[in-house]
Amino acid sequence: MSSVAAPLRMRRPLGHSHPGMDRAWRALLWGLMTLFVVNIGLMIAAVATNSFARRWLGTWLPEGWTTTWYTSAWKEFQLGDVLWVTVEVVGAVVLLSLLIGVPAAYTLARRNFVGKRLLTLLFLLPLMVPPITYGIPLATVLYKAQLAGTIWGVILANLIPAAPFVILVMTPFIEQIDPNLESAARVFGATTGRMFRHVLVPLLGPGILAASLLVLVRTIALFELTFLTAGPDSQTLVVALYYAVFAAGVRAPQSVDAMAMIYMVVTLVWLLIALRFVNPTQLVSRVREAPTGAA
Amino acid sequence: MGTTLAPRAPFDRALLLVLPAAAFMLLLFVYPFVYGLILSFEPVQGGWLANYRKFFTTDNLWPTIWTTLRLALPATLINVGFALPIAYKMRVRSRYQRWITTILVVPITLGTVLIAEGMLTYFGPKGWLSQFLQLTHLYDGPIRLTHNYWGVLISLVVSGFPFAFLLILSYITGIDPVLPRAAATLGASPAAQFRHIYLPLLAPGVAMCFCLAFVQAFSVFPSAVLLGAPAGPTRVISIAAYEAAFEQYDYSLASAVAMIMGFVQLLIVAAVLALRNAFYRGPVAGGKG
Repeated sequence: MSSVAAPLRMRRPLGHSHPGMDRAWRALLWGLMTLFVVNIGLMIAAVATNSFARRWLGTWLPEGWTTTWYTSAWKEFQLGDVLWVTVEVVGAVVLLSLLIGVPAAYTLARRNFVGKRLLTLLFLLPLMVPPITYGIPLATVLYKAQLAGTIWGVILANLIPAAPFVILVMTPFIEQIDPNLESAARVFGATTGRMFRHVLVPLLGPGILAASLLVLVRTIALFELTFLTAGPDSQTLVVALYYAVFAAGVRAPQSVDAMAMIYMVVTLVWLLIALRFVNPTQLVSRVREAPTGAA
Repeated sequence: MGTTLAPRAPFDRALLLVLPAAAFMLLLFVYPFVYGLILSFEPVQGGWLANYRKFFTTDNLWPTIWTTLRLALPATLINVGFALPIAYKMRVRSRYQRWITTILVVPITLGTVLIAEGMLTYFGPKGWLSQFLQLTHLYDGPIRLTHNYWGVLISLVVSGFPFAFLLILSYITGIDPVLPRAAATLGASPAAQFRHIYLPLLAPGVAMCFCLAFVQAFSVFPSAVLLGAPAGPTRVISIAAYEAAFEQYDYSLASAVAMIMGFVQLLIVAAVLALRNAFYRGPVAGGKG
């Protein structure tokens, strides 16, 4: 570190950056970001346009506009049922993953015990292994237990990545909380259960909200596990959408696009709610902001 | 804490809290995994290694490993490689920081099917991009970005970048801004601050992000079918596993393919973690300090 030897020097110190290169680098980054965002925006616009198009063949804009594709997609794909299954699955997964994930995260954040590293590995592995790898043996096991094809099979399968994800997100949140608060509660005779209810859960509110919204968005989008374990009556929106495209040909592409738009709006609403409550920079690791006055 | 009062410390009941999660993982993750591993050594016919022998000698099975890696590695490198500088730029709190982050994260909600439909419409032969290119005479030939390798790669970038960006952003903002300020006081240029302060502290986070992003790309399935050429250049390993299980109903072979898939994945993860250790050894990574 040659620069250590030259403190308080006002001219630009030794380093690789020149003002010109700096500007070029910044321009490159902004250019790439713009390219990414503009192209994705146009992609979404193309799907949206097509879903409202009467006929659209090789022109800039379609010949006429209609909303019939939405009503026909709703009927054709039985979207009412599919959406209800999706709500049931996602709701159950969020609730159950919080119920088993938050207590586990608490123990991992606060205690040291024999086998902690092994346990951490056990909770990290499902996130590190492709879903198909354990999805296929899991599907076989679930078929044997006669759970595959039912909504419970789908919920159990989706819990496998969801619960470790809750643990991963919640552990740093719990580490942030001053352990003295818990000791104080203990001094006044609170049991673990009461300490959880009156001290931890209120303090963890934002963290729990963040984790549950993220699990929600991820579960809506998780394709592989639902695809492997769902039966005709337990399909969620993603899987129904995939089958709609896969079996396309008989169906107008517009009605598939209409369904894709419904899917996007459903997820987008939840993501925007999530981003309203959680700053994306506050996930995973703790945030140190510039001091604001109070220590 | 009363450790000297009692001959043995009372059992800490907080440890029980971890039990439901551990039991759940053992029952639904470890048990099926072991079951699949055993099943893969009990082929429908032949010796105990017959499935693996079949995988590595059949022409439409073993090349799927390379096909998948050829898609997943570049996609992950692009995602993490671009996410790092952009997240680094977005670390400073400003008026537009939250807006840009939100816009960059939104593609998470699109879902593979919408991306596939969008790309087929937008990049298609009569799509807006091709019309625009012909109008401006920037490029007159036909553009081929769907139903091949590039289609799948682009869709992996579109769906994977927001996730990598979100993760790296949260790691970067977790670094105490006092450290680079101290370096600046000692005369370190922005580039030197990045090189000597941020990069070493970020190494564990970037490695983690690379692994998680790689899992997503490595298990690519719907987009390889919808946007690629699933019979040829984008016949990825998950397609092979799916076909064995649900088209040939050979669960034993399917488990073998799944195990090979998991093994390759873990090899990559191990390589990344080894690389990280070579890059930076310190209290954040090791926990010895």
